[in-house]
Amino acid sequence: MKHIIAVLIENEPGALSRVVGLFSARGYNIESLTVAPTEDPSLSRITLQTSGSDDVIEQITKHLNRLIEVVKVVDLTEGAYTERELMMVKVRAVGKEREEMKRMADIFRGRVIDVTDKSYTIELTGDVAKNDAFLEAIERSAILETVRTGACGIGRGERVLRV
Amino acid sequence: MEMSKAELQSAAQASALSQTPIEINGSDILVKSLQAEGVQFVWGYPGGAVLHIYDALYKQNTIEHVLVRHEQAAVHAADGYARATGEVGVALVTSGPGVTNAVTGIATAYMDSIPMVIITGQVPTHAIGLDAFQECDTVGITRPIVKHNFLVKDVRDMAEIMKKAFHIARTGRPGPVVVDIPKDVSFKKTIYNGYPTSVEMRSYTPVRKGHSGQIRKALQLLIAAKRPFIYTGGGVLMSEASAELRVLVDTLGYPCTNTLMGLGAYPASDRKFLGMLGMHGTIEANNAMQNCDVLLAVGARFDDRVIGNPKHFAQNERKIIHIDIDPSSISKRVKVDIPIVGDVKEVLTEMLAMLKESPVRPEAKGLAAWWETIEAWRSRDCLKYDLGSSDVIKPQYVVETLWNMTKDADAYITSDVGQHQMWAAQYYRFDQPRRWINSGGLGTMGVGIPYAMGIKLAKPDSEVYCVTGEGSVQMCIQELSTCLQYNTPIKIVALNNRFLGMVRQWQEIEYSGRYSHSYMDALPDFVKLAEAYGHVGMLIERPEDVEPALREARKLKDRTVFMDFRTDPTENVFPMVQAGKGITEMLLGSEDL
Repeated sequence: MKHIIAVLIENEPGALSRVVGLFSARGYNIESLTVAPTEDPSLSRITLQTSGSDDVIEQITKHLNRLIEVVKVVDLTEGAYTERELMMVKVRAVGKEREEMKRMADIFRGRVIDVTDKSYTIELTGDVAKNDAFLEAIERSAILETVRTGACGIGRGERVLRV
Repeated sequence: MEMSKAELQSAAQASALSQTPIEINGSDILVKSLQAEGVQFVWGYPGGAVLHIYDALYKQNTIEHVLVRHEQAAVHAADGYARATGEVGVALVTSGPGVTNAVTGIATAYMDSIPMVIITGQVPTHAIGLDAFQECDTVGITRPIVKHNFLVKDVRDMAEIMKKAFHIARTGRPGPVVVDIPKDVSFKKTIYNGYPTSVEMRSYTPVRKGHSGQIRKALQLLIAAKRPFIYTGGGVLMSEASAELRVLVDTLGYPCTNTLMGLGAYPASDRKFLGMLGMHGTIEANNAMQNCDVLLAVGARFDDRVIGNPKHFAQNERKIIHIDIDPSSISKRVKVDIPIVGDVKEVLTEMLAMLKESPVRPEAKGLAAWWETIEAWRSRDCLKYDLGSSDVIKPQYVVETLWNMTKDADAYITSDVGQHQMWAAQYYRFDQPRRWINSGGLGTMGVGIPYAMGIKLAKPDSEVYCVTGEGSVQMCIQELSTCLQYNTPIKIVALNNRFLGMVRQWQEIEYSGRYSHSYMDALPDFVKLAEAYGHVGMLIERPEDVEPALREARKLKDRTVFMDFRTDPTENVFPMVQAGKGITEMLLGSEDL
């Protein structure tokens, strides 16, 4: 099952590699990983998307907590949460494709952010499944390049992750 | 003009006495940090990147530095010291190859959760990343085998990082911490305001006290058990909780076992002790583990060598209580019913207080029936071995003789890894904690001599024996030289069977006797080798000479003695649970093969 794990970690050099190293050393999956400092520059927040049985996820959270620089760990998927991913897709757009691409972008509430006479670059924000769906919906051979940030997430309502 | 060592020392003392903060260099801060931590010994090997640190060591006289012959042994010796004393072991190595040589030692300490601080030299900060001479990514290489590591980029951080390193190493689940110091940081000067008195890390706050509700639940379950069993590991030794364990076991009258790492936590000569469990455990310990209805696991981690095949282990239903300071050790391989996260000593103390207040005691009749079952298993006498009329020395006999001779003495036993290690664990009966020093987790051959030498330095009045094999002992044999230089007279009990015995045993049992590269030809003459290093060598070839040889070696208190016992090359370690089998599916002797 898919899990999104949020980690507050000291914003220090090498801290991220401890997290990544833990996953590779213990054979856990990382499907996506995104990291940036928080409003407190001494802290970074990592959002990890991973999958595994409940036992594996329990071990993952325990081992993350064991890292000296990790301050807090939350499995967002244990409660209600909101998930967003930014995706940019460069697509071929010539002739009648141009109109079709624009329409698809509109349906998915994407925005065209760069235009040439042969291509569009479309920006999409949404949960990972929505971005997947967009890629499924358009003509595959028209995709020139894709870049995705990976999921980031935040608990709904009063649920707060902070020090 | 050069200053003499005495002048340098008095100058250093004078500066230490002055009240106003003074500018000193990184190496001096490092040495002051070590002194503030009460470090007595540092095992190390100098090199380009640590020359300033060695210069600072030269100018002081409270810390004794031991020059080893290989960096691996520096870490092992400091590790052995830590295991025997409970103090943080300290090693010092140079950059590049100094670090890579130390890696085996660090990984060994990490797997057995040994508190250590390893100081490593690094190329100057401006050269990092440029493939400089003797550069390696120390923090990167050691990251998976340390509890934590630091790169000191600024000399102003030195004291605080050292404080954190020692704090992290010795608290929570202990472990090795590497502090990597670039050469320029070791000579840059800064104002030194003294060593920090406390350390605060919002991201590191290990739990010590267990959850009282959980402890109460655990105790109720334990008292109500029909077939209870207490299984304890290295965590009991780490938290100095042997006395508490003993009271618990004795009050309840329950059977108990220790893992390889936990031997000595409960006295082996007591009837309630069923021997070590696991791959080479006793019938009674393994059967009790499998057939108990309530299992109390204390500072043990359900290692694969302990529970055998997890599916087989799960076939018998039992309630499991698990006390451990590391949450990630709980429900890792085996699902646990009552987890208690906390320091073993604190949790057991609280449990004992509850037990004292509780009027309820285990039901005597049921417990007697369980003991009857256990005694039936014990009557198989699974550690019995055939002394026979043969004129070849049985390795078990050597260990038993050593035990008989030293059981009332103040003795420490180190071992290397292989058959001899298992025989030492099975036949030497450890009645006290921290007396059995071996590499359980990583299984590192070559630790025996450095461990012994680290212990002997800290415990000069104790007897220190290294039970080893002719394979393992050659992996750090160069340390015989260090033993001479620092006058650490150890006794090496080599069970020399001319085979890499444990490999040969597996090849005999699992590979139809195809002894691929497990026979060691062209062995050195160990007697001459010992003599070449300035020690005493003895060759013992007959069973009747075993006891006199050990007695003679013991008498040579001030000498390191290498006893080369030529033992039966065909002897195997039994009982044995083959890989993939359940812990009760034991081979008991060659007749089972």
